[in-house]
Amino acid sequence: MLTNYIKIAWKVLLRHPFYTFITLFGISLTLTVLMVLTSFLDHLVGTHYPEMKRDRSLYLMLMVQRDSAHTGRSSGPMSFKFLTNYAKTLKTPERVTIFSAFNSSNAYVGSQKIKLKTKFTDADFWQVMDFKFLEGKPYNEQNIANGDYVVVITDDFRKQYFSDATESVIGKDVDIENIHYKVIGVVKGSPVTRPVTCADVYFPYTAPKSNYQRDGMRGGFMSILLARDKSDLPAINEEFQSRISQIPLPGVENGYKYTTLEVKSEPYAENFIGQIIDGGPGLKAILFGVIGFILFMLLGLPAINLVNVNVSRIMERGSEIGVRKAFGAPVRTLVWQFIIENIFITFIGGAIALLLTSIVIYFINSSGWIAYADLTINLSVFLISILVCLIFGFLSGVLPALRMSKLTIAEALKS
Amino acid sequence: MIHLQNIEKVYRTSTIETLALNNINLNIRKGEFVSIMGPSGCGKSTLLNVMGLLDEPSKGTVEIDGQAVTQYRDKELAQLRNQKIGFIFQSFHLINDLSVLDNVEIPLLYRSANGRPRQEYAKDALMKVGLSNRMKHFPKQLSGGQKQRVAIARAIVGNPDIILADEPTGNLDSAMGNEIMNILQQLNNDGATIVMVTHDEQMAKRTHRLVRLFDGTQVL
Repeated sequence: MLTNYIKIAWKVLLRHPFYTFITLFGISLTLTVLMVLTSFLDHLVGTHYPEMKRDRSLYLMLMVQRDSAHTGRSSGPMSFKFLTNYAKTLKTPERVTIFSAFNSSNAYVGSQKIKLKTKFTDADFWQVMDFKFLEGKPYNEQNIANGDYVVVITDDFRKQYFSDATESVIGKDVDIENIHYKVIGVVKGSPVTRPVTCADVYFPYTAPKSNYQRDGMRGGFMSILLARDKSDLPAINEEFQSRISQIPLPGVENGYKYTTLEVKSEPYAENFIGQIIDGGPGLKAILFGVIGFILFMLLGLPAINLVNVNVSRIMERGSEIGVRKAFGAPVRTLVWQFIIENIFITFIGGAIALLLTSIVIYFINSSGWIAYADLTINLSVFLISILVCLIFGFLSGVLPALRMSKLTIAEALKS
Repeated sequence: MIHLQNIEKVYRTSTIETLALNNINLNIRKGEFVSIMGPSGCGKSTLLNVMGLLDEPSKGTVEIDGQAVTQYRDKELAQLRNQKIGFIFQSFHLINDLSVLDNVEIPLLYRSANGRPRQEYAKDALMKVGLSNRMKHFPKQLSGGQKQRVAIARAIVGNPDIILADEPTGNLDSAMGNEIMNILQQLNNDGATIVMVTHDEQMAKRTHRLVRLFDGTQVL
């Protein structure tokens, strides 16, 4: 039965090559946009270099303090001390790292200024993350305890700062904001779309200007709690939240009186989406409105267009519909036949889209538009693409099929 | 085998009402070969469509092999057509995109027959109509007579009790028409009940009984 449907679908495609070209062009273009978007979303929230353990990590990015009337709120990263007391001492995680958000600095090569993104981290940062060291090694607890002026730099910065790219730069000096640091390691950089790991230069948290000794609960640091296993995440969250609940309330931070305090420990994707959604009901409505509109434009409009093309194509096949019904095809079977045919055509479009997506992704990755961009078509992107093809094929096939099913056999045979 | 009682069929549009069949009472017995004749537009094809459950009567009851189908839903009607009735149309209604063999297999697609036996049945049916050497051809590669023989093979592949033929020789020359008529007579001799709409008196004479219609009313 399925072979019969697919044979017919293939023949129908060959019947009007121009029509087919227009249909497949529309489908593949739509699906390409969706696949590139999916790949970009995966690039943003999926598990990728150097954050290869995202699936078993909880992110502590923000502390939110609210006043008693809940009319105001103050939020931001936390202090190193707070995270040392409340996160670093947790029993359930395998490892806990504390690091700063990225800051801006300048370095000079002769008279040329290089703008830098810098980050302060502890030694565990290099264990929790999976950076690829092209040269040297990360700084360790000893370097931190000694207060060594050492840095890990990215290959991009190495290229900009040191003119001779062939020679090792380990042990060489870099001058950042008039302070000399020794290069201890060179890593392959992380894209700007991964703010937790993205920087040009990584300093030990004891380096100048990190403000790690700052008192109070708020500061410029964040943390990741790494679990031994994914299944440990709820227990880690519970332990952390129980610690947080012990903080005496109300309190005062920088003159702001707060009565509630919240620090979420959540997986990266939730945190990423949460930051947008936490913007308040107005922002939420705008966000979902925009997503809905984009989806409608990307999926709905081409589907409606395809519905029209399909209706005329199906009605062209009145005689076939009549014959099939006359020889015992129930309406439901015929509806499925046309939906399956449509899904088959959509999958041909999907295959073309996959090829186009690979080309687009190749250009995005190699264009330098996003430094260190590593968009891919991995299994999850591929499965989502297949799901999108199925939905698109179903949406654009079901209406023409239902319209066809209303034809009486005698009418269909006359057409 | 087919029992029609007080059948009336009215076609309605917003401005006009046309009575296509008026109080038809007809009983076709098992093994009969009946022809229906009458001038163009007298309701012959409508009557055949009602008998074949391709169209619903506006009034009256239809019984096929003792089963009254008035209350039947789409699925049950489809099943009854599939099991009991084979159709032959004047304009063949073959699916041009499918090979001869695939066309003949169509009725079996809607039974729980597997691919291999389905092909065997279709090959047998094509052999009966003398077209076993054209299985892989497509309808466009066949003559009118060959197309009608494929249509007959499709009608008989499911071994139905009833064959309904709507002017099966109407688009063919007399030699081809005779050939088709010979095949239908052979099928009738093998036990099939056949009802055939025709304009051709010579063909009608070769059947057991003649039903004449005039303006939707049975006159003979």
